[in-house]
Amino acid sequence: MTRPSTVSDTRRGDTATDPPAPGPGTARKRGRQPRPGRGTVLAVFLAPALTLFLLLVVAPILVAAYASLYKWNGFGLPENFVGLDNYTRAFADPTFRGDLWRGLVLVVLSLAVQLPAALALAMLLNQPLRGRAFYRLIFFAPYVLSEVTTAVLFTLVFSPNRGLGEGVAQWLGADAGTVFADPDTVLFAVFLVVSWKYFGLYMMLFLAARQGIPKELSEAAVTDGATAWQAFRHVTLPLLGPTIRISVFLSVIGTIQLFDMVWVLTGGGPIHTSETLAVTMYQYGFRRFEVGYASAISMVMFLLSLVFALFYQRIVLRRDTAGAITNQGGQR
Amino acid sequence: MTATAVRAQRTRSLVLHLICIAVGALIVVPVWFGVLGGFKDNGQLSSNPLGWPDPWVPNYLDILGNGVFWRQLGNSVLIAVSSTLIVVGSAAMAAFVFARYAFRGREFLVTLFAIGLMFPFAVAILPLFVLLRGMGLLDNPLGVILPQAAFGLPITIIILRQFFRTIPAEVEEAAVLDGCGSFGFFWRVLLPMARPALATVSVLAIVTSWNNFMLPLVVFSDQSWWTLPVGVQAFQGQYADDTARVLAYVVLSMLPALGFYAVAERQLIGGLTGSVKG
Repeated sequence: MTRPSTVSDTRRGDTATDPPAPGPGTARKRGRQPRPGRGTVLAVFLAPALTLFLLLVVAPILVAAYASLYKWNGFGLPENFVGLDNYTRAFADPTFRGDLWRGLVLVVLSLAVQLPAALALAMLLNQPLRGRAFYRLIFFAPYVLSEVTTAVLFTLVFSPNRGLGEGVAQWLGADAGTVFADPDTVLFAVFLVVSWKYFGLYMMLFLAARQGIPKELSEAAVTDGATAWQAFRHVTLPLLGPTIRISVFLSVIGTIQLFDMVWVLTGGGPIHTSETLAVTMYQYGFRRFEVGYASAISMVMFLLSLVFALFYQRIVLRRDTAGAITNQGGQR
Repeated sequence: MTATAVRAQRTRSLVLHLICIAVGALIVVPVWFGVLGGFKDNGQLSSNPLGWPDPWVPNYLDILGNGVFWRQLGNSVLIAVSSTLIVVGSAAMAAFVFARYAFRGREFLVTLFAIGLMFPFAVAILPLFVLLRGMGLLDNPLGVILPQAAFGLPITIIILRQFFRTIPAEVEEAAVLDGCGSFGFFWRVLLPMARPALATVSVLAIVTSWNNFMLPLVVFSDQSWWTLPVGVQAFQGQYADDTARVLAYVVLSMLPALGFYAVAERQLIGGLTGSVKG
């Protein structure tokens, strides 16, 4: 940990791509001469990652920003400049506005149901319980299955007449064949499948965080006369704060880009009632070749994520660490 | 402990077990339905969805005897392994420089990669497609491998950089005294020392690649390149009426992932909790 602290003092005299310049920053490396110069080392080591990243991550996003200002079918160069028309069109489009609304519903459901359930299970598995390693293994297993596999499995589980859902549905007084076909239930059905796959991840994050809290803290509270609930509410829960806030963050970002699960389960239907931003973007971009318009939807997804991330980082995560995303504590 | 305390303890642990079993059932029953369902025909599926198959129908053998499944499995493996090698290799080099060199623009670059962590992949897919088409990489495994590696860089760099920073400067000084240059130190000292961290990021990269759907979906129109997720989805479309057969296909496509999980559970969970937690 000694190196990083030297950044600020070396920064002034240090020119990154200038090997021989013996500024104050390079002084400590002098022992390495006549090895390849510092600049060469930096360039060689950074080149592969930077090339990949700039070419395949940064450039596409810039292209999307540019294309979103054009009416473009994706072939040739975009020529028909339309300014912000694609954006105004999007915000007037009921499907797009519905996507935003459904995203909000999914986030709220996740915060109200999935995360608390995951937290409760994590606390439960933190108890001394025979076989808890086995339970943990099972609870987390769906996370390694792909969204596609999960979605196909659940399509079949709820398939009319043949599925497992038939019995469950009859018991609930519903019709299994229609959970994904009924506009009133489809979004909740999608949410349940998403939760089935992802609650184990959140449980695992909470469990790891819980195990990082010294036992003495809640024990001391109990000794001082707190009930188990009070000890949880006033000691454990605040200490889990950073992990809870990160989980909320992951859940929101994940919802903004939700695609595979919805695409396979419902394709966004019936009549758009389970469509997400990513599905709408895919429909326009890859099915109707309205690449300009689809790029505008991409940009909205990007800006939503970025604004949310910056806002969240600034307002909510600030007190946790200097940047919970960039600054990982030693968890190993 | 008094007798009542013991009894209270027992009741409590019984209740906890019951909750765990109930939740476990929610996870296991759908999968079990799939596993058994793969041995049934559609008549059995509707009359007897959870019971033992009678007679056992060789759906699994049919699929395993057909080259398509193996081809998709092979494609998934090829793409996952190549993406992982590329992302871990290039990220390790960058993380080394970020962790152990102070230079102008370093914080900017680190932040750039960190922001990449929250680029939704779906945002880039459309321009990426146009770009790959321009480079002639459609229907070419590199068209999936390279973008996957690129999108895996942020998380990989962040985890590795953190690990590299924990290796004391004395180790490097000793290596330099023994005549190691930067490359020698990186290759012969740092990487071997970082084996646990490399295992973690590799496992994360493999799982991410294995489960990727959107990119292979748009890049491969040629079926012979399809990966398992694309194949499963297409199989479902093709045999929509033959539920039992699709179940068998789904279950077979789950097995490698579950097997991998059984082997690499520790690295996977360590990586996820370590990288996400502040």
